[in-house]
Amino acid sequence: MKKFADMIIDPEPWEGLIMGNHALARAMFEAGVKVVTTYPGSPTPEIADAILSVPVYKRPLHFEYATNEKVATEIAFGSTINGHLSVVFFKSVGLNVASDSAVQLGLMNMVGGLVIILGDDPGANSSQNEQDNRHFARMAYIPTIEPATPTEAYHAFHDAAELSKKHQIPVFLRMTTHVCHAKEIIKFGKINTAEHKYETLFDVKNGPFLPITKSVFPLKRKAIARIAAIEEDSENSKFNIIHSPFGSDRINGKRLGVISSSMPVLSILENLDEVKQPVDVMALNFSYPWPRKKVRSFLKDHDEVIIIEELDRIMENEIKSFAYDEDINCKIHTRSDSEDLMGELGPERTWKIISEVWPVEFPVKETTAASSFTNHRIPQMCPGCGHRSAFHAIKQALPADAITVGDIGCHSLGFFKPYNMGQMLLSMGHSSGTAAGLSIGNKTRKVLGFIGDSTFFHAGLPAIINAVLYDHDFTLVVMENGTTAMTGHQPHAGTGEIGEKISIDKVLESLGVKFLKRVDTYQQKKLTEYVKEAMDHKGFAVVIASHPCMLKFMRGQRKKDSYTAKHVIVDQNICENHNVCLEDFACPSFIRNDDGKITVNEDLCIGDGSCKQTCPVTAIDFDKEGK
Amino acid sequence: MKEFNIYMCGVGGQGIGLLAEMMIRTCSKAGYEVKGVDTHGLAQRGGTVVSHLRIGKKVHTPLVPPGQADIVIALERLEALRAVHTMMKDEGKVIFYDVRYQTVDNRLGTQKYPDMDEFEIAVKSKHGQVVRVFRDDVPDPRMQNVVLISELIKLEWIDGFSKKFVVESLTELMQGKGLEKNLKLL
Repeated sequence: MKKFADMIIDPEPWEGLIMGNHALARAMFEAGVKVVTTYPGSPTPEIADAILSVPVYKRPLHFEYATNEKVATEIAFGSTINGHLSVVFFKSVGLNVASDSAVQLGLMNMVGGLVIILGDDPGANSSQNEQDNRHFARMAYIPTIEPATPTEAYHAFHDAAELSKKHQIPVFLRMTTHVCHAKEIIKFGKINTAEHKYETLFDVKNGPFLPITKSVFPLKRKAIARIAAIEEDSENSKFNIIHSPFGSDRINGKRLGVISSSMPVLSILENLDEVKQPVDVMALNFSYPWPRKKVRSFLKDHDEVIIIEELDRIMENEIKSFAYDEDINCKIHTRSDSEDLMGELGPERTWKIISEVWPVEFPVKETTAASSFTNHRIPQMCPGCGHRSAFHAIKQALPADAITVGDIGCHSLGFFKPYNMGQMLLSMGHSSGTAAGLSIGNKTRKVLGFIGDSTFFHAGLPAIINAVLYDHDFTLVVMENGTTAMTGHQPHAGTGEIGEKISIDKVLESLGVKFLKRVDTYQQKKLTEYVKEAMDHKGFAVVIASHPCMLKFMRGQRKKDSYTAKHVIVDQNICENHNVCLEDFACPSFIRNDDGKITVNEDLCIGDGSCKQTCPVTAIDFDKEGK
Repeated sequence: MKEFNIYMCGVGGQGIGLLAEMMIRTCSKAGYEVKGVDTHGLAQRGGTVVSHLRIGKKVHTPLVPPGQADIVIALERLEALRAVHTMMKDEGKVIFYDVRYQTVDNRLGTQKYPDMDEFEIAVKSKHGQVVRVFRDDVPDPRMQNVVLISELIKLEWIDGFSKKFVVESLTELMQGKGLEKNLKLL
């Protein structure tokens, strides 16, 4: 069997079991995409993994990890107005970062075509909210397709690319977490291997590309007209269809229908399989602009219709107002419980929504009583993680009433017990701005913020520059682990894997940061000292608390032939049960035994030894292999 | 055969991704229509990690609805117990590798790690079946997933889930020494 890297780029058609994100990469190769940019973020990073599995010399496109989503979007814009079919993809909240530029794109001509892949996250599986990016489609005049399965995602990418080229408009391909990560068998097509020349086709005549006063209204007029024209594509799209798995007969004299989109359509089809009722399901997966003609006749053909969409009330409001304008005599039901505006709508939830309207055909089910099982397992930092040493050391330096500001990254986990550090969080790179605000007029409580190294470059710098300018009185700890760890170890500007490494120290020095220290987090005493000094310093102070990501490091180590597992052991003759290792340092490798003894879980311990220094009686040491 | 659901779970870092990939490939080779989905992201950092596998022609969504798993495959005891409570259906089956990874609350002493009695009671209340797996000759904890799969072949819970197809799947997913070691465990 061929390797993944060969299959994903195989010019011939093939069929295989594949994840939604990987299918998108294949679709890009087939569609002749020339430029792809991103900033890593769940649930989309596997798109990049699939592209990067193909070695550079075989890769028919330019791929870039940009500094942030806005930069990624701008690169894709620049390349499309140069005539290249381009793609930018990112996580749901990535669109917030990109939006300053992204909202302009719907007004202009995307000459070579542009597909923007959004990884929305209903249920907030890995995001700080579950924002519904369909709002942005309306705001930015960007047509949107929402595939429900990996197969649909593959075909939707092709349709999005064609639509974009045809109308020279950007297209949102709105994925959701479990479409990105779902796996099924997909039949792929051919890859056109004709060589592509990167010609520089930029021409102002393809514009205007300048939204200044004179052109603002003509541009907006064009965007409105374009969306109106694209409605015809939506009418004819294979993504807007009616499923009638059990026919369309009347039920008690009434014809019943459901309008939905994306994954909830699948849930509703499962509900129908259960009761075998002749309910028609209209899927509007080409969801913006939605096809008014099709919807009009669907509403007219049915006596009652329920609109079931995931997250906000967008289709509900638009379709209801349309039915009012058109004077359509169809009873339209919507979700009555505001709880149903949250999370993913799996079959058990769509059933509940339908049964509230048609309890005879869909009898109310006894909901399995919320399980009383409360032994929760909250995520935690890995064994050996440098952040654990950092939090443990910083805690020793902090006054009890200190205010700590978290940020996005693995170090967000410091918020959990027993560290409880990072008392607020907005977005990537917010910490310096928020900490500055907390320091204004504050003469009593110390303020300390955290930021990761990838985030430092992503969106951290503007607020840091601001803090330098005003010399805001707080301490920033850069939690440096030499990678973008949370999303799967992607490189960033400071790692040296892309171009020459950009040094965080030098950046801060040249900005004029007056207090700047660097320390390896395993040197906990020194880190405690530096943080104390930093907080005593009047004005803005930075401590770079660095240690390489040990998850990444250990993966490399285990591949080596010379690798032997190392662990620490707790000497039971010395241990006095101060429990610092267990309760304060709290590495998951320690075990609390029923008799109170502390032992080490050798499956977990990596033998890094960062815990040794935390024991007040030095009862922790390396085992034989470690010595 | 009728539709059925498999729910897999464990703790981030245990190799649930490979377990899920082996399961979906093997079931596909055994002739089933398959749909699956993993959880990724934050949960991988020492939290609960789960994967869904649904089998059959009439399956639409890849997510196993709560309380609808015919088979639970777990890499850790507490996670197995959680799945018995929340995901396993009445008269379902659970197979788990009996390692114990304590939670923060277990280590802080604010909550007790479940013992086998608690486990048995939970399975009994759902009239389920449980198979506990543990072997002391596993060279690397990240190979516990393959041990579970080899037990699953013997149990014959899934028609056509044969060693031949498991070997084929493993060979597609791994190479070199890692592959050799895992094949030996089978």
